[in-house]
Amino acid sequence: MDTIGLAAALRDAVGVERVLTDRAQLRTYECDGLANFRVTPAVVVLAESRQHVVDTVRLCAENGVPFVARGSGTGLSGGALPHAEGVLLVLSRLRGLGPVDADNARVVVQPGVINLWVTRDAAPHDLAYAPDPSSQLVCSIGGNVAENAGGAHCLKYGFTVNHVMGAEVVLPDGSVVHLGGPAPEHPGYDLLGAFVGSEGTLGVATEVTLRLIRVPESVQTMLVGYRSVEDAAGTVSDIIAAGILPAAIEMMDALAIEAAEAAVRCGYPKGAVAVLVIELDGPQVEVEAQFAEVERIALHRHAFETRIAADAAERALMWKGRKSAFAAVGRISPSYFVQDGVIPRTQLPEVLADITRMADEVGLRVANVFHAGDGNLHPLVLFDDAVDGQAHDAEALAGAILDLCITSGGSITGEHGVGHEKRSKMAEQFTADDLDTMQLVRCAFDPAGIANPGKIFPTPRMCGERPGPRTGEHPLQAAGLGEVF
Amino acid sequence: MTTTTAVQRRPATPADAVSGVQPQEVVRPRTVAEVAEVLRAASADGLSVVPVGGGSKTSWAAPPVSCDLLLDTTGLDRVVEHVAGDLVVVAEAGVRLADLQAQLGDAGQQLGLDPPEPGATLGGVVSANASGPRRLRYGTARDLLIGATVVLADGTVASAGGKVVKNVAGYDLGKLYTGAHGSLGVVVSTTWRLHPVPPARRVVVLDLPDAAAAGPLAVRLTRSTLTPSAVELLATAGGAGELVVVFESVPASVTAQAHAAVALLGGGVEGEGLPAAFGRRPGGVDDVVLRLAYVPAALPAVLGALPVGAQVAASAGTGVAYVALAEQEAVERLADLRAALAPHDGTAVVLRVPEAVRAQLDHWGPVGDAFDLMRRVKERFDPERRMAPGRFVGGL
Repeated sequence: MDTIGLAAALRDAVGVERVLTDRAQLRTYECDGLANFRVTPAVVVLAESRQHVVDTVRLCAENGVPFVARGSGTGLSGGALPHAEGVLLVLSRLRGLGPVDADNARVVVQPGVINLWVTRDAAPHDLAYAPDPSSQLVCSIGGNVAENAGGAHCLKYGFTVNHVMGAEVVLPDGSVVHLGGPAPEHPGYDLLGAFVGSEGTLGVATEVTLRLIRVPESVQTMLVGYRSVEDAAGTVSDIIAAGILPAAIEMMDALAIEAAEAAVRCGYPKGAVAVLVIELDGPQVEVEAQFAEVERIALHRHAFETRIAADAAERALMWKGRKSAFAAVGRISPSYFVQDGVIPRTQLPEVLADITRMADEVGLRVANVFHAGDGNLHPLVLFDDAVDGQAHDAEALAGAILDLCITSGGSITGEHGVGHEKRSKMAEQFTADDLDTMQLVRCAFDPAGIANPGKIFPTPRMCGERPGPRTGEHPLQAAGLGEVF
Repeated sequence: MTTTTAVQRRPATPADAVSGVQPQEVVRPRTVAEVAEVLRAASADGLSVVPVGGGSKTSWAAPPVSCDLLLDTTGLDRVVEHVAGDLVVVAEAGVRLADLQAQLGDAGQQLGLDPPEPGATLGGVVSANASGPRRLRYGTARDLLIGATVVLADGTVASAGGKVVKNVAGYDLGKLYTGAHGSLGVVVSTTWRLHPVPPARRVVVLDLPDAAAAGPLAVRLTRSTLTPSAVELLATAGGAGELVVVFESVPASVTAQAHAAVALLGGGVEGEGLPAAFGRRPGGVDDVVLRLAYVPAALPAVLGALPVGAQVAASAGTGVAYVALAEQEAVERLADLRAALAPHDGTAVVLRVPEAVRAQLDHWGPVGDAFDLMRRVKERFDPERRMAPGRFVGGL
C-alpha cells in the first residue's frame, strides 16, 4: 500500500478530520525544537484517543510504514523529526488528566498533557510533579517520558524515570501492554525502566501513571555572583563535599548573563563573570541551617554578592533569568546551537577552560548555561549565518564539546536525548557490543523497526541474528529446523 | 566445560543448591574477562548457568529447570573507583554491600540501599532488586544504579549508562537487569549514585494496640511536610504493632521533625536507637516469607487480608511489605491473598520458602499483559535459554 492508500485507510479508521496529507499542513510538523533538521512527513494523524493510536500503529505495522510519535514538539535533538515516507502521530490532543489520588500521591495522565498542568492540578493537594524541564510551560508528558526529561530540580529529585510508575503502551505491532502501575515492584522485567527515555523507538505511551511529591515546607533560593568561573565551580564542589544536597544548583557565565539581562531584565549581579542559582528545599529548620552553610561556602569562594529571594516573586525572577537563557541568547547572536552534554561535576573548571580555549581558537563565542550540580552542560555556540563558514565552524565546535564530554568520562546527552542529531556520537560513547545489546531490546519491542527508525542508533540493524561471531549451535539448527551449509 | 585458562572451579555440593537444585560445578571467575570466557565455554557446551553472589537471596526466585554451572561472582571484588566529589562509585558485582558501605562511610558517603540480607553482594542486590526501609527516601536499585556492565549468555561484554548521574544516551539497560535474577546475563560491574551520610538521626516509635491504625497515620505522615527516611510498621496481623519513623538530617532538623511527628501521630517516644526488628525481614527458617507491593494507602486493606498472626514488616510510606506465614497457611492462602491485593494494584512474590512446600507455591504469581513482551526480551538476550532458566516470571 502506498502512502495515499494508507492515508485513505487511516481516514476510515480514525476519521477524515484527523488525517492530514495537504502539503502546507504537513509542513507545520516538519521539525521539532531542533529546527535545523526538517523532513516533511507523508501523513499526519492527530490522535484523540487510545483507539486512534492503536488503529494508526496497526495500519503502519500491517503496511510496513514507519511512524514517529510527537508531543508538543519541543525536543532539542530531533527525536520527533518525521520520516519522509512515514506517519507522524501527533498526541497533543490526548489531554486527559487526573483526578489526583492524593493519599497515594499518584495521577494518571494522557501523553498530550502539558508538564506544568500536572503540578497545577496537584497543587490544591500540596503535591507537585518533580521533573521540571525549562520548557515545562509547553512540553508534554508523553515527550517527557520518551526523552526521560530532566530539569533543574533533578539534582535532588531525579528524572522522569524516577517519577513514572506505570504506562499503557501501544507496541509497534499495535498491541497494548501495561508496564508497571500505581504500585511498586511489579513482578517481571522492568520494561518501564527501559521504555522511559527510549525516544519513541519502543512504542507509544497512551497513558502514564505519575508519582507526585509533597510540596516542601520551605523553599529558599540564593543568587550568587562571582568574578571567576573557577570560584563558582569550586562553590558547587564544596557544597556537595559538605554533604548538602540542594534541590538545584544552576550556573551561568558572563555571556549567558548578558543575554538573560537583555531579554528579561532579571537583575543579576552587575559585573559578574559567573552566577549560581542555588535552591534548597525541605523542612524549614533544615533549609535555614543548610542555607547558612551554603552562604559561608560561597563567601569563602570569593562571592561578591549573595542575594536571597525574599518571596516567591523574587524567586521567580531569579529562575526567569535561568529558564529563559536559551531563547535570550537570540538577543545577542543571530544564531546559536544548543548543546547538551554531561561531565563529572569535579571536572567543571577544566572543561569550561577547555571550551573557552576551543572557542577562541575558531573565533566563536560560547555562552554557558548549565545544571552545575549534576555536571550537565548546555553550551550555546553563537554564530552568524551571514558570515561564510561560521555555521559550519559552530557545528564543529558543538561536536568537539561533546567529544570533550566523552573523554572526561561523561555523556553526550543529559536530558535532550540522542534523537537524530547525535546518532553518530553514540559509537564514540559506547562500544559496538554495547549498542548491539541495546538493539536486542529494540528488536524485542519492534522487530520490524518501524517505531521512530533512524533515531538514537548510528547504524540501524535488521532484527535478525545477533551480529558478530557466535559459538554453539544455532537454535533453529538445534530444533532441527535449519542446517548449516 | 572447556576453558583455556585457570578459572577457579570445583564440583558442586548440596550446600550450593539454588532453590533446591544442586549444580554440577561451581566456577569462580576473578575478572570480567574470565566471566566472558566461562560464558563462551558454557555456550559452546550448551551448559545452563546460574549466577550467584553472596548466596543470601538464592531462594528469591523460582528453582532453575537446569543448573549445570553455578557462577560465583564473589571473585569480582574490586571497588574500581570512588570519586567522592562526584558522589559516584564504580564497583564490581562481587563486592559486598556492607564492605562498600564501610569504605564509603570513611568519606562521609553511602549507597542509599539498606537491604538486610547478610553477606549480600552488589550484583545480588541488583539482580534481586533488594531494598530496605530507606527506599522511602533514596528509592531502590533502579533509582541509584547509573551504569552496569553485563556479560551475556554468549560471552559478549556490554555496558549501558555511564559514570555520570544525568545521562540519557541509549537505553537504560541497568533498569532491565535490576530484578532480572540473572536471567538476561551476569551483572559484573555496577556504577552508583551516592548520597552523603546524614549527620544526625532521631527515631519516633509509636506503639499501636491495633496495627491497622498505622495506615491512616502513615498517610498523614507522607502528606505532611516532614521528610522521614523511613516509616516502618512492625506488626502482627490482627494484633498490635509499632510504627517506627526515622529522621536523618542535620541535628536541628531531626529534633524539630521528631517533635512534629509526635504531635502529628498523637503520641510516640523519641530516641536515637532503632528497634531490633527494624529493617529485618520477618519470620524464621520454617516460615514462608512474601514480599507484597500495593499502593501505599491500601495498607489497612492489606493488613486485613493477611491471616491473623502473620508477622509483618511494612515500609508504610512506599507500599511494600514483607510478611511471614506458616507453611500450610501460605499454601492455603497465597492465591486468596493475591486476589485481595489485586484491587490495589497489588502483587505478592515468594522470597523464602521451606523446601517442604516449595513445589506447592506459585513463586511469582500473575504477571499481566506484558508477559509476552518479557518473553521476547528474554529470547533476544538468551536465545538458547541457558541463563538461570526457569528462575524468572512465567518460567523464563
